Amino acid sequence: MCEFTLPSIQESQLIRVGIAQGAIVSGPDRIGTTGLGSCVGVVLYHARKNIAGLVHIMLPQSPPNFSGNVCKYADLALDWLLDEFSKQGLRPSSLKAKAAGGAQMFSGSANSDILRVGPRNAEAVENYLRDAGVELVSTDFGGNTGRTIEFDLQTELLQIRTAIKGTYTI
Amino acid sequence: MSVFYNLDDRQQDILREVGNVGAGHAATALSVLLQESVQMSVTAARLCPFDEIADIAGGPEAPVVGIFLQIGGQMNGSMFLLLPMQSAEHLLHQLNLTGHEGLLFEELQLSALAEVGNILSGSYVTAISELASLQITLSVPSIAVDMAGAILDIGLAFSGDIADQAILINTQIWQGQMNIDGHFFLLPHPQSMVKLFSALGWDNDV
Repeated sequence: MCEFTLPSIQESQLIRVGIAQGAIVSGPDRIGTTGLGSCVGVVLYHARKNIAGLVHIMLPQSPPNFSGNVCKYADLALDWLLDEFSKQGLRPSSLKAKAAGGAQMFSGSANSDILRVGPRNAEAVENYLRDAGVELVSTDFGGNTGRTIEFDLQTELLQIRTAIKGTYTI
Repeated sequence: MSVFYNLDDRQQDILREVGNVGAGHAATALSVLLQESVQMSVTAARLCPFDEIADIAGGPEAPVVGIFLQIGGQMNGSMFLLLPMQSAEHLLHQLNLTGHEGLLFEELQLSALAEVGNILSGSYVTAISELASLQITLSVPSIAVDMAGAILDIGLAFSGDIADQAILINTQIWQGQMNIDGHFFLLPHPQSMVKLFSALGWDNDV
């Protein structure tokens, strides 16, 4: 009965996620975030159900009894994202993940614990996903370059754009 | 914590005054370095959601030279000087250090730009320190050339543990007929803002 409806090829839209924010899209829309330095962008997706979610996290671990913007912290942001998928009836074990970011933009003698927040973010994401049973398909962590990322559900590729090292996909 | 989310007129004025005095000192220091007169003006002194900070420097993906310093002592936080590529090139030209490819600067050029950042930030911080009678120290400058958003991450992460907004004091620099268009971002730790406001004579409810 749907023979004469509009063709399914629609203009795909890019949903941009801001710093310390998260969002969910369904294909053919793409989802991305700009200017990841020490922050990490994590994409969780279910290709068959055509759903992808992204969080742009800033810090590895939430303080105790935190009540505020959950997407700032790796642990709470991923809790939130998994919860959104579970509302669609999708378990963590059925999801795949790709992630990028966690660079150390500055080196030097300033407080090294703070400068190392990038690598600590990456580690927190890896640990969380492993414990939750989500398959982390590929990552592009570390180094000292900023990244802009964009995920396309149709190809399941995460495009990474950098200011210095060009553009590539993982 | 409501004070961090809504600055009243008086608090905005205090922030702007801090910005202006700092900019005045920094302009003098830069004039000496470049042997030309330099003018600075404070274009913004306000609370800023994290997402908007990079927009002021041309958007999160705009390539910039970023000089990052940590503030310590009686006030904690971080400070950035962001120079758009063209401004960095102009500064290097003034210092007789021209010639680079794309975003790849020579070691000596980076070191010179970091030093400019150091002088400017130092003047800025000294002004704040004198105005507020707080003892404030600065770390050695670190420098990076990359997307503005990526460069700012570290400062946001530092103050972001508590707040979703940062305090922004944005200053622009003009030198002769060229606009050097540098942006200062002061991201005090939210708790240090209380200290700063009360040191500047603002005691109510902070």
